[in-house]
Amino acid sequence: MAHRIEIALKRGVHDGRGAGVAHRARNFFHLPVTSCTSRDVFKVDVDLKPKQLREVQKIFTDPVIARSAIGRLAAPAFDWLVETSFKPGVTDNLGRTAQEVVTDTIGRPLTAQEGVYTGVQYLLKGALTREQVQRLGRDLLANELIQSIRVFSAEEWAAAPADAEPPVIRDHTAASVHAYDLGGSDADLMKISRDGILSLSLAEMYAIRDYFNRPDVRAARATLGLPDQPTDVELECLAQTWSEHCKHKIFAARVRYVDEQGREQVIESLFKTFIRAATEKIRADVDWLVSVFTDNAGIIRFNDKYNVSFKCETHNSPSALDPYGGAITGIVGVNRDPMGTGMGCELVCNTWGYCFGSPFFEGELPAGLMHPRRIRDGVHQGVIDGGNQSGIPWTRGFERFDERYLGKPLVYCGTIGKIPRTLQGRPSERKEIFPGDAIVMCGGRIGKDGIHGATFSSEELRHESPAQAVQIGDPITQRKMYEFLMEARDLGLFRALTDNGAGGLSSSLGEMSSMSGGAEIDLAKAPLKYEGLQPWEILLSEAQERMSLAVQPENITAFLALAKRRDVEANVIGTFTDSGAFVVKYGDRFVGRIEMDFLHDGCPKMEIEARWQPPQIAAPAPLRAGNRNHALLGLLGALNVCSKEFKSRQYDGEVKGLSVVKPFVGVQSDMPSDATVMRVEYASNAGIILAEGINPFFSDLDTYAMMASVIDEAVRRVVSVGGKLGQIAGLDNFCWPDPVLSEKTPDGPYKMAQLVRANQALFDVCTAYLVPPISGKDSMKNDSVRGGRKISIPPTVLFSTIAKMDDVRKAVTMHFKQAGDLIYVIGLTQDELGASEFHRWLAAEQGTPANYGGTVPRLDVPRALATYRAMNAVIEAGLLHSSHTPTLGGLAVAFALAVLGGDLGAEITLDAVPQSGKLSDDALLFAESNSRFVVTCAPEQAATLETAFRGVPCARVGTVAATRTLKLATAKRTLIESDLDALRKNFKKTLAGI
Amino acid sequence: MNPKILIITGYGLNCEAESSHAWTLAGAAPELVHLNDLIERPTRLHDYAGLMFIGGFSYGDHMGSGLAFGARVRHHMQADLAKFIADGKLILGVCNGFQIMTKLGLLPGLDNNYFTQSVALMHNDCGAFQNFWVTLRFEEQSPCVFTRGLGPMPLPIRHGEGKVFTLDHALLDRMERLGCVPCRYADPATGAATDKFPLNPNGSLNAIAGLCDPTGRVFGLMPHPEAYLFPENHPQWDLQKLRGELPSQGAGLKIFQNAVQFLKLT
Repeated sequence: MAHRIEIALKRGVHDGRGAGVAHRARNFFHLPVTSCTSRDVFKVDVDLKPKQLREVQKIFTDPVIARSAIGRLAAPAFDWLVETSFKPGVTDNLGRTAQEVVTDTIGRPLTAQEGVYTGVQYLLKGALTREQVQRLGRDLLANELIQSIRVFSAEEWAAAPADAEPPVIRDHTAASVHAYDLGGSDADLMKISRDGILSLSLAEMYAIRDYFNRPDVRAARATLGLPDQPTDVELECLAQTWSEHCKHKIFAARVRYVDEQGREQVIESLFKTFIRAATEKIRADVDWLVSVFTDNAGIIRFNDKYNVSFKCETHNSPSALDPYGGAITGIVGVNRDPMGTGMGCELVCNTWGYCFGSPFFEGELPAGLMHPRRIRDGVHQGVIDGGNQSGIPWTRGFERFDERYLGKPLVYCGTIGKIPRTLQGRPSERKEIFPGDAIVMCGGRIGKDGIHGATFSSEELRHESPAQAVQIGDPITQRKMYEFLMEARDLGLFRALTDNGAGGLSSSLGEMSSMSGGAEIDLAKAPLKYEGLQPWEILLSEAQERMSLAVQPENITAFLALAKRRDVEANVIGTFTDSGAFVVKYGDRFVGRIEMDFLHDGCPKMEIEARWQPPQIAAPAPLRAGNRNHALLGLLGALNVCSKEFKSRQYDGEVKGLSVVKPFVGVQSDMPSDATVMRVEYASNAGIILAEGINPFFSDLDTYAMMASVIDEAVRRVVSVGGKLGQIAGLDNFCWPDPVLSEKTPDGPYKMAQLVRANQALFDVCTAYLVPPISGKDSMKNDSVRGGRKISIPPTVLFSTIAKMDDVRKAVTMHFKQAGDLIYVIGLTQDELGASEFHRWLAAEQGTPANYGGTVPRLDVPRALATYRAMNAVIEAGLLHSSHTPTLGGLAVAFALAVLGGDLGAEITLDAVPQSGKLSDDALLFAESNSRFVVTCAPEQAATLETAFRGVPCARVGTVAATRTLKLATAKRTLIESDLDALRKNFKKTLAGI
Repeated sequence: MNPKILIITGYGLNCEAESSHAWTLAGAAPELVHLNDLIERPTRLHDYAGLMFIGGFSYGDHMGSGLAFGARVRHHMQADLAKFIADGKLILGVCNGFQIMTKLGLLPGLDNNYFTQSVALMHNDCGAFQNFWVTLRFEEQSPCVFTRGLGPMPLPIRHGEGKVFTLDHALLDRMERLGCVPCRYADPATGAATDKFPLNPNGSLNAIAGLCDPTGRVFGLMPHPEAYLFPENHPQWDLQKLRGELPSQGAGLKIFQNAVQFLKLT
């Protein structure tokens, strides 16, 4: 029998959770909630004697601030009570910890049928209708996809019995396997694909049908007792392995690209032609590439002792359905990439970045979409909890806002790892698996979580998108597994490992078995969270916190014993073979057999049309010449420019104590740094620099220019703090709307052309800059068709950079340091205001927000390289007191942030700024031209500095002043004159407390 | 000989690397031991001169920070911990470690009662986890051996539940009288204790940042001294360097050096 325990804070103790609900209900929902108190509810479904139950109650209750009762706890007067709890089968991390506390308290492990489940009660006061309370429950307190919400009036609550019923899954459906008949019509085949959320195309269904019709395949299957037609295990496994998410079919497709002059080009695989080719070309010129594109994360050499790895992922679709769960899974999931790279990397730091609709959005939302403020809050909290609880510091973070992210938010999460270059005398990047090695799954158990996650993310967001596609990460289970794996690695107890992410076991074992040449697993040996899973569900489940390993037979006893000591679940579920096939059993029965060649190479290649036609976007009407204070203040407060400090401070950025240049710098630690710098180990002054570039707005004018600018931004940020050309590696994350021509995507060829152009730029710029892409990911179906309205994201590329820094103590930060220092502008400012922050601000001011066209910033590669070489030299020589690279908002915003960081003033003569031709005031102030820096040095260093920049656009434009005023003027007029307080206030107010 | 320090790991604690580095720099010999290995043979505790409960997120802070880890330690190790304290040894707790010690009752440990919780570390008044730097002031009259002779010290805080709280004002007064409050959040401009956010990041009563027992040998605090070992950890190290004021080591190290000095003298 289950027991209910209710816990409340004592009178006089501040209830922050309750107060927060009341605050949001009043301010965001405009509901008359006068007060809210909150309580915790535990349903302890454990066989306990009365004395044991009282002990459990006592230990659950903080004696200083809380009180509790078994059953109902007397409540003060309220009007409405809302109780939320997880639906059956949803990860309940609090419940899991409570289970462990109960275990410790009663001194015995819980049985498989026992468990502890949690919920929260909100006691509301105020003149509210039931409908209003239900809305609060749905839109503020819980997510109906994963939680149950029950609403009671005071009278109903008094009359209702105390509910101790645990939300358990009691599904005793026997395991069964059925075969699909692929002998039907095309319509039948597509119905099978659609009904099963398999996302298989007709061509792919044909390929599968033909494979199973092969006589040799039939014969091999017959010997195992398998039917001629594919089983659900096999069809699901193929659908996962061939999903866009796992197979990157669009990047592998044959593309026929036609440019605006009608010239045609056939491209066999964008990935091979542009991305991998760039890295291969650069390989001859750098000596630090260790492992690229082959493992879960790219590996580069750091120093004699360590290699460093980096991976960045997106978790967009799950975050749209359950922002918290999707995002925590995103960060904890990407942690497993470096963890599963080589022989397993230690985790060094995390990065994050999000693209959302405006949190202040007031228009009409298509039915079924969450408000962007709610998505944003949930996503931040998920990554905050995931990163903080895992003990991994964040280093970079950004947010971009645009209405086109209403349909699908973009949630980027990245992780950097490090690994000794050799382990047990072998190169640590080398994974080997031999026939006979045991297949071990370790970490969490398998439930229905995340089933069809990979195929689902390969589709647009629809109303009927599956609830099981949501997982909730459990950082503590993963942390335990991580520490265990590192210990086992250093003892040499396994031969290879990889993570279970999208596609679950089917994906991880599918990959690993190609190293030995086959595998045979028994799904009945995999530990389950609850009964009732079908064999294909066990194979596909994306339940989190799991790794698959290859353990040599002689180590298996020691490996399992260590896992037990560390309280980590580990089970042998099969054996690697060299049979050439992936063979699946359930108990004694064979339920699947797919030949490795077909599994990995049988997917037919897509053919996609791409046609480029430059878009026509009008520019805003030019502003009349005059003062631009209001424009600068407007830009500083614009969502894409303004301070993101409020949310950022909730992420732990200092665990491990290795940070050098933090995400926020300046005398008040409140200005975003150009790039961050951290040590990698305690014993060395060498470190890594991390930065990124992202600009979806330029995509609207030309994705070639967008990609070039984004790479330049990611590189020049690194250069700004002291990173050197030749030591910078890149990571590309493409997020695109569906670019394949179809009835619902008539503009597919244009979107595909945008993708081609971005890839062309990537090859051109990366090879010129010697910045090899070492890893990356794409997410190609970022559209929503909910509520009958299609919303597609703008083509968005996050380009992340990582660079080694030989001595982190030479790092330079972005803010002005002392009065009297000379200010220089390096690089050329051009008439490039197209899609700039200024044009978008101006277009909105003029009531025509779509008219933000103009000339998009271009890249002059030779000039950029000369500039970066000179920057490398002056920083190495210690000449610079500050260095800041302009991005959104151009020079005006750059000057503003540099003075704010220093809490010092500056007087700038804009005529002196190096420029092409004679620019307008607005272009001088706000153009977002590439490859520029604002730097300062001591007056006595002026001559040395100017010599170093000979041959590069460079001009002294002013002096740092003690006046706390920023003045930007031409010979004709003062364009901007503002005291620092007004600038700071505008920069910080937009998202203060939000 | 360098005094041996036991650092307990596992279950979501995560500051083992920097804590170990801090003790090593200070001249001690730290050893990382998983909680399960310690529970298997709790008497090995007595091989060490000092014990550290490090920061992190034991059990994800579910059910209240430190509760689950504290319950496990109490269940398996209470007698050995009592003996460890009675033997005159040192215990340090940082952040989650401080929370665990408070849940156990090790702090403030009045009247030799080390295993009854008497104060709480509550959710920050601001309602969220926070990471930024604060300034600590140290109280000269405290018997705390870790904080002897220290001036104002900048350190990072990284917590969601750091507000020292009790409804029992008599208890608070006794803790103050006995010198159990060795450090407080302070305004760097004046050096005075402060209630103002963000100088006081959590709304702690009497601006309490850390507590010790009446012997001064058992000490816990919310800010992270082990996260300020390098001079470049300081958020304004760039300005300090330009002005020639960059220290040779991070100030947080002094707390560990004080402990090692005490152990070497006893």
